[in-house]
Amino acid sequence: MTPDASATLGDPPLEIHDLTVAYRDKPVLWGVDLAVPAGKLIGIVGPNGAGKSTLIKACMGLLPCASGWVRAFGKPMPESLGRVGYVPQRESVDWDFPVSVMDVVLMGRYGRIGLFRRPTDEDRRIARECLERVQMLPFADRQISNLSGGQQQRVFLARALAQESDLYFMDEPFTGVDAATEASIIALLQELRSRGKTLLVVHHDLPTARNYFDWLLLLNMRVVAFGPTEQVFTPDLLQKTYGGRLTLLSEVAEAVRARAQ
Amino acid sequence: MTRPASITPRAQVLRGDFLKGWGIPAFRGAGPLLGLVLWLASTGEVEAAKIGDLAQVRWTDQAIRFITLADPAVRYACLGTVLLGVSCGLLGSFLVVRRMALLGDALSHAVLPGVALGFLWNLQKDPLVIFVGALAAGLAGAASVALITRTTRLKEDTALGMVLATFFGAGLCLMSMFQRLPTGNKSGIDTFLFGQAAALGPGDVGLMATVAGLVVVTLALGYKEFLLVSFDPGFARVLSLPTRGLERLLLLLLAFAVVSALQAVGVVLVSAMLIIPAATASLLTDRFHRMLAWSAAIGALSGLAGAFLSFLGTRLPTGPFMVLSAGVLFGLALVFAPGRGLLPRWLRQRSNRDRVARENTLKAIYQVLEAGGFTSESVPLEALAARRRVAVSEARSETRSLVVAGFATVVGDAVLLTPSGWQRACAIVRNHRLWELYLTHAASIAPDHVHDDAEKIEHVLGEATVRELERKLPKIDVDPHGRPIPSIPVPAAVPRSGGGAGERPVGYGGRRP
Repeated sequence: MTPDASATLGDPPLEIHDLTVAYRDKPVLWGVDLAVPAGKLIGIVGPNGAGKSTLIKACMGLLPCASGWVRAFGKPMPESLGRVGYVPQRESVDWDFPVSVMDVVLMGRYGRIGLFRRPTDEDRRIARECLERVQMLPFADRQISNLSGGQQQRVFLARALAQESDLYFMDEPFTGVDAATEASIIALLQELRSRGKTLLVVHHDLPTARNYFDWLLLLNMRVVAFGPTEQVFTPDLLQKTYGGRLTLLSEVAEAVRARAQ
Repeated sequence: MTRPASITPRAQVLRGDFLKGWGIPAFRGAGPLLGLVLWLASTGEVEAAKIGDLAQVRWTDQAIRFITLADPAVRYACLGTVLLGVSCGLLGSFLVVRRMALLGDALSHAVLPGVALGFLWNLQKDPLVIFVGALAAGLAGAASVALITRTTRLKEDTALGMVLATFFGAGLCLMSMFQRLPTGNKSGIDTFLFGQAAALGPGDVGLMATVAGLVVVTLALGYKEFLLVSFDPGFARVLSLPTRGLERLLLLLLAFAVVSALQAVGVVLVSAMLIIPAATASLLTDRFHRMLAWSAAIGALSGLAGAFLSFLGTRLPTGPFMVLSAGVLFGLALVFAPGRGLLPRWLRQRSNRDRVARENTLKAIYQVLEAGGFTSESVPLEALAARRRVAVSEARSETRSLVVAGFATVVGDAVLLTPSGWQRACAIVRNHRLWELYLTHAASIAPDHVHDDAEKIEHVLGEATVRELERKLPKIDVDPHGRPIPSIPVPAAVPRSGGGAGERPVGYGGRRP
């Protein structure tokens, strides 16, 4: 084992072992094993229903796991959540909610502010800085329903930046974003990566995935491949990821469900 | 004070049977003690119900009694309704923004059996016992909803509807048992259905003050946590916030608020005091902390108004008047709310419509002048009417609105543009023709397809967009139909051409080829 390899093995930002997640007794993710290296921009790609969002939600403990464990920075995930940033899917919240852009970005600071305390001027300064980095500072006082889809996405990104985390999970941060904004977001993500942050980004567009990410996780109910983009982005592996449903797994899942009922 | 001799034995029978049914034999045979308690209870009851029972009162006297706050009962009623308005308004805001309005409804109806059992406990209106009973029933209702949604495929709205009706039905059954009891006791429980602010005692108000204080302090301390849990619970969990604890705390406070409000507003309508003030507040602001403040204020105001109105008559229930007041406030906000109200919106639309109409008339006048090669400066109304394809009388009324706006003067049967009218006419024709040019030039649309679009766009092009068009188009002197595009004359710098310039209201000099 080279020294380099052993360095990666010591306290990786994210380590998943035998993770299985089920919805109503029907497994959507089977036995996922992953050791994510630090300082990489990683794309999670796969067909619809492959369990991409499920994987990151299960990692953060938002979904119950049927089996397996998740560790971050050498500790069980719940203890490391303070170092985890999250960009949920845009549809996960009600954008008619009566809050301003600034209110939402400040929410990224809540974990650091602590229970029952008020945001300080320093928190507001950081929130403004994060808004500036996604070019949304002019909209700080606007109510969030008066934003375009791409602007809403950037507000979520700013909120995650305000968390000042080391490991980021992002669920489709490019949906509803125009090409120019997409380019500026990816530049921002690459800058975070170059500062040693680790980012896992659920992405649905295969052609751009190749250019955007250092590493790719090909997912279809199980890990098809995980590695540097140039090694993983091959016709053979992509065919394995996208080529039809996994009939045998689906059938077994159906049988398990039938027996459980 | 005389009372039918049968009270004590009948109540005793009822109570004994009831408790036997529940397998609590220890309480049987407590007849003499029960009789004493009942006697005490009914004297207290007569005292408390006195205000509402007064027959033959003039409403003006009542109004004066209310406004002067001379009567302790009035003071308790005011204080109680304000406190309930504040706590219901604050917690209702959370229900409204989380789209959980039905939960308030279910919770408030589910408390009724608890109220009835609380009564049955010692057959008197002990606020604390009823509070505990109602709270237990309300939380049992909420737990049933959770149980049903978790173990079946039924959705939450179905579960809420079922639990609401079942618990309320059980409460009504229990209450109908009290109907057989003598009047002195019955009137006490009646207030719980539709509310009777006049029957509030110091104990009730103390309870309401405790609950309101608890709600205000909890929300002030945990505002940011409750906000995040309501807006994005998933993110709250990633931040390691105790989301489940916060949710339960919110539900518990909600149950507290509902139960403490029961006596003043009644089981049937307390949910409206949760929803209507919050809904009204959401029309007035789009920030949550301001919505909370508005909602509390509107709740307190509706409570006071309901107490006042129900006080004017004899034995009028408070709840309906309170909810009616809240409804009226909502209606006012719906119509008059600045910016988003129906009236401001209608006024905005109307002024917009009037502006578009004026601009179309100005444009028609310009076109008539243009057709005449700008030789004449006045436009006969017939020519304008023909251009606009309307009757002369209509053209006259159109020019009248130009005169009001200071864009034109009418001399006999002809209309003359003022400098500002001329400037505006040039601007609108310029907008129209620039847009046509842009569509044919940049979007490669055929020249005969662009007119209708330009008819709409000409009224909404802002100055910045016009500058942009001017920059983007290589030549801006002639439109796609070959007509010259006018530039906008600067009024101060209008060079008067030809003789007699002093009398002419119109100058064409700013037009460049």
